[in-house]
Amino acid sequence: MTTVAATAHTTHAHHDDRSFIRKYIFSTDHKIIGIQFLFVSLFFLVIGGLLAMQMRWQLGYPGQPMPGGGILPETMAPGGVILPEYYIQLVTMHGTFMVFFAIMPLLVGVYANFLIPLKIGAHDMAFPRINMWSFWSFVVGGLVMLSSLFVPDGAARAGWTMYAPLSARHDFSGASLGQELWSVSIIFVGLSSILGSLNYITTIINNRAPGMTWFRLPLSVWSLFITAILGLLALPVLSGAAIMLLFDQILQTHFFDPAVGGQALLWQHLFWFFGHPEVYILILPAMGMVSDIIANGSRKPIFGYHSMVFAIVGIAFLGWLVWGHHMFMSGMNPTLGSSFMVSTLLIAVPSAIKTFNWMGTMWRGNLRFHVPMLHAVAFVAMFVIGGLSGIYMAATPVDMFIHDTYFIVAHLHYVLFGGSLFALFGAIVFWYPKMFGRMMSEGWGKVHFWLTFIFYNCTFFPMHILGMAGHMRRIYDPTQYNFLQPYQPMNRFISISAFLLFASQLIFFVNFWWSLRKGKPAGQNPWEDNGLEWSLPSPAPHGNWEKLPTVYRGPYEFSSPQVAEDYLPQYKRLPTDREPASALLAGH
Amino acid sequence: MRWWLPLQGSTFAGEVDGLFVAILIITGIAFVLVEVGLIWFIVKYRQRPGQKAYYTHGNTRAEVIWTAIPAVTMVALGLISNHYWVHIKGRHSVPPNAYPIAIHAKQFEWQITYPGADGQLGTGDDFTVRNQLHVPVGRPVVVHLSAEDVIHSFFVPVFRVKQDAVPGMEINAWFEATVPGNYELGCAELCGLGHYRMRAQVFVHTQADYDAWMKQAAQEASQ
Amino acid sequence: MTHAAATVDQMRPPYPAERGLDVYNTKLGMWIFLASEVMFFAALIGTYIILRFGAPGEWAKPGIVLNIKITAFNTFLLICSSVSMVKAYASIQDGDQKKMRFWLLMTILGGAAFVGIQVYEYLHLIEHGFLPSGVREGSELAELVAKGTLPAATMGLYGSTFYTMTGFHGFHVTCGVISMAYLYFTKALPGKYTKLNYGGIETVGLYWHFVDLVWIILFTIVYLI
Ligand code: HEA
Ligand code: HEA
Ligand code: CUA
Ligand SMILES: [Cu+2]
Repeated sequence: MTTVAATAHTTHAHHDDRSFIRKYIFSTDHKIIGIQFLFVSLFFLVIGGLLAMQMRWQLGYPGQPMPGGGILPETMAPGGVILPEYYIQLVTMHGTFMVFFAIMPLLVGVYANFLIPLKIGAHDMAFPRINMWSFWSFVVGGLVMLSSLFVPDGAARAGWTMYAPLSARHDFSGASLGQELWSVSIIFVGLSSILGSLNYITTIINNRAPGMTWFRLPLSVWSLFITAILGLLALPVLSGAAIMLLFDQILQTHFFDPAVGGQALLWQHLFWFFGHPEVYILILPAMGMVSDIIANGSRKPIFGYHSMVFAIVGIAFLGWLVWGHHMFMSGMNPTLGSSFMVSTLLIAVPSAIKTFNWMGTMWRGNLRFHVPMLHAVAFVAMFVIGGLSGIYMAATPVDMFIHDTYFIVAHLHYVLFGGSLFALFGAIVFWYPKMFGRMMSEGWGKVHFWLTFIFYNCTFFPMHILGMAGHMRRIYDPTQYNFLQPYQPMNRFISISAFLLFASQLIFFVNFWWSLRKGKPAGQNPWEDNGLEWSLPSPAPHGNWEKLPTVYRGPYEFSSPQVAEDYLPQYKRLPTDREPASALLAGH
Repeated sequence: MRWWLPLQGSTFAGEVDGLFVAILIITGIAFVLVEVGLIWFIVKYRQRPGQKAYYTHGNTRAEVIWTAIPAVTMVALGLISNHYWVHIKGRHSVPPNAYPIAIHAKQFEWQITYPGADGQLGTGDDFTVRNQLHVPVGRPVVVHLSAEDVIHSFFVPVFRVKQDAVPGMEINAWFEATVPGNYELGCAELCGLGHYRMRAQVFVHTQADYDAWMKQAAQEASQ
Repeated sequence: MTHAAATVDQMRPPYPAERGLDVYNTKLGMWIFLASEVMFFAALIGTYIILRFGAPGEWAKPGIVLNIKITAFNTFLLICSSVSMVKAYASIQDGDQKKMRFWLLMTILGGAAFVGIQVYEYLHLIEHGFLPSGVREGSELAELVAKGTLPAATMGLYGSTFYTMTGFHGFHVTCGVISMAYLYFTKALPGKYTKLNYGGIETVGLYWHFVDLVWIILFTIVYLI
């Protein structure tokens, strides 16, 4: 028996007769939705970057008029000189855009949508229409957040962590509408992720192609599955908190305002109960895709597939027990601090497993350093630095010194940029052909990689030193403090590196757009990979397969002695392979 | 410009820095292991014509080793850190003879109340000074932190001490200064547009100087 | 769209596929969605508990501000609508469309009535001076506060938590009513539901029971304790 779904798709795959609107705007095709997410969130990535550049200008050249800053209104930068209230808006919006509108949608919005059906062998998501709503509520959230930069009293300005009561009362923050728009926007983000997550989970559980057993899933799919569970359970808490914050702001409720009986730490508990799972939402998909790319680049099966899966689950599970490590100095009961410290340190263990398994995969491999591989290896190298710096903060006595200093800023950029963003650069290049049917330029890709890698480290590594000096975060003008004045040269060096880092991204930008038209046409399987997606033409047609593929083996059978070439796709049937029971049941 | 931690100005600064160094060593080993390993593999196993990768799905022994070692190290590190933590910030860590000072944080200043001659807070001779923290050397000091409006954070780098001041809560933090001198106190929690300039001077006096200052400051305050 | 249409009312798990859970997608999706709903209400209720027991003073005694009788009746109504939902489900399983329509209609009416009564309750409370921000100056309740019958210190928290929790529950009921009405007119009346295809009823039923369950918890902790 074949499903209505299947036949419905077959007809589609033949002649795609949908109107332009249905096809590209209100599309329900998971690939189109993925690509929509890609464009929108890359746009927000640029926004986040531009905000960062302004911050870096102020930190490197405090009080000096910013080149081109003249175009900014008086309320932000009179004569191009950034105002304190504008600076904290920059910090807040930079963090918010990067986390909620760039990295999270890039990892989950783009690659969960694009990869899951292609890699598990499904025609589409379980609920394509819900999937479309998920995208559009993300867009609404993004536009609301963007608009808040242009309202009279300016955008939200309490840090991306929005600590109350600063965020809850406009007489404290100096912004009312901006703060409210932040809350509203975050509620939409929450909705978007919840809708997405339930879609991904259902699809992975129920719509796998015959033979695609749980332990034949690529690690990218495993990590996206676990990530979806985290998102499903963490974002409602953020939405709930954001709603209460919004009520404090517009209905004068008293959740977070101690002046009238509310509790300031309540917000922190709610936010971080979401927040730490969130940071794993921001790394697990990256880890998954890096695993796929490293296996491909090493032409070797992933080392310790099962322990990789258990490590993902372990990280996700522990991720629920550690939120207090952001609150060691908050006045939270120190005994709680002790237990949060231990649970936090334990996360080093599954992370160790993953790190060493990636190395084990490269060990005795036949390494092809194509651009995705370069970024994947850089991911491992950089994530480890970020992860290890996490250990310092996890140790409560040390955190007492480095909490809310640039040591934290260094940490979070090593895991988020060195980790997530490098993985994303790799993933974008790796699946670009399957999205657009063309390859991105290899040469320019390498140039972009090396420049980014160098300037990235020049930008963020010195921040560890600043942190060790006690340089606080979120300060508009470090030179206010005598003990920080000697570090101004370093701040300037960081700023210059940051500008060059941003400039290097233009190469990627151009490469990306240029290749859309002029890139060399990609064959069906340009990277000689094993995943099901490579059994399709590039770009993959609407509805993906006419007849679902059957899966005969795990995703990482590189250099298998069974075949001459050094890869063996999951969908390739060898004479020795038997049809999986499910395929017979499905009447294949 | 120092490339290392600031001067150690309190009794537990040494402990904090010691732990920092310990972690630096542990993570340093892990760091070298990983990065050198990566570079080595990159060079040694780079693609060569005719070379085929070694076909393996893993090795349980190796897995066990690199699971167990970090696990043990982390548990040990946790226990050691907790020992210091309890000593520095634990519920009953404040020394009984500690000298009390009340610090009230508000946008964007530190209102610092001294116990006056009788060494007791909440008595008639208390007096308040803005943005100046004077403490005696070699004597435990306990600060009673409170906040007027939003969350601020009491941070003296040389003492390695940090503690948020939260509206609606009174939180105690203690330290014992060891080196007389003039330092800075900063606000470490974003508290609004003036966050960056919410700083105060810290003066660590010998007991004699401190008493002298106290007399004079009390007088000025009373006028 | 076809895919959606195709999957939504499939009572079979979507074969051909590797066996997942032997539950069709819409039902599985609803279970997963409810998991996130649990977290959402957990956040609100957790907040309530923390604020109430960390409160600077006494909490208002039940029955002074809120009218328990009306709400008790409302609770009864909602439970009945859950029962009628079960009946609708049972009827369509026997393929009895007429009964299914009747019971589904009952459920919709029950839910609608619940919302109506809640709105009435809100208006009533606001009139007496009970607001999300606390007690309105010079209102009836303000006098009670002055007399000391109501604790001045915690009325703000009381209002904040009361309106947020019950409000969001009411919102969920409303969504339920709307989607049931939608199914009633687009599927039930045209007779699209059959012995073999009643996914919509079962799924919306799950949601409805969840909303009911949440209400029983809220009623207990907000009105009775
Ligand atoms: C992708 C995002 C991401 C990831 C993956 C992590 C991972 C970790 N983070 Fe991070 N963190 C953030 C994003 C992330 N963090 C952000 C954004 C903030 C700041 C929020 C704000 O704005 O305030 C933050 C803040 C933050 C704090 C609060 C600091 C403070 O405010 O005072 C702490 C404290 O414990 C912490 C710890 C950790 C730990 C222990 C890990 C661990 O998961 C790391 C585990 C990995 C390794 C340890 C490396 C690999 C392992 C080996 C090579 C084996 C050998 C190692 C040993 C034996 C040690 N993080
Ligand atoms: C993934 C998240 C992410 C990323 C990528 C970045 C990127 C950068 N961040 Fe970010 N940062 C945060 C997350 C991130 N940051 C967070 C969460 C905070 C805390 C906020 C808070 O305290 O509340 C923070 C805070 C923070 C601070 C501390 C501010 C303060 O405390 O006062 C500083 C200071 O230098 C800084 C600098 C930078 C710089 C120079 C970059 C540069 O790397 C930027 C370079 C530019 C880009 C990476 C974009 C380029 C565009 C593309 C590559 C796409 C183009 C292609 C197409 C369109 C096809 N950041
Ligand atoms: Cu006070 Cu920052
Ligand atoms: Cu965390």
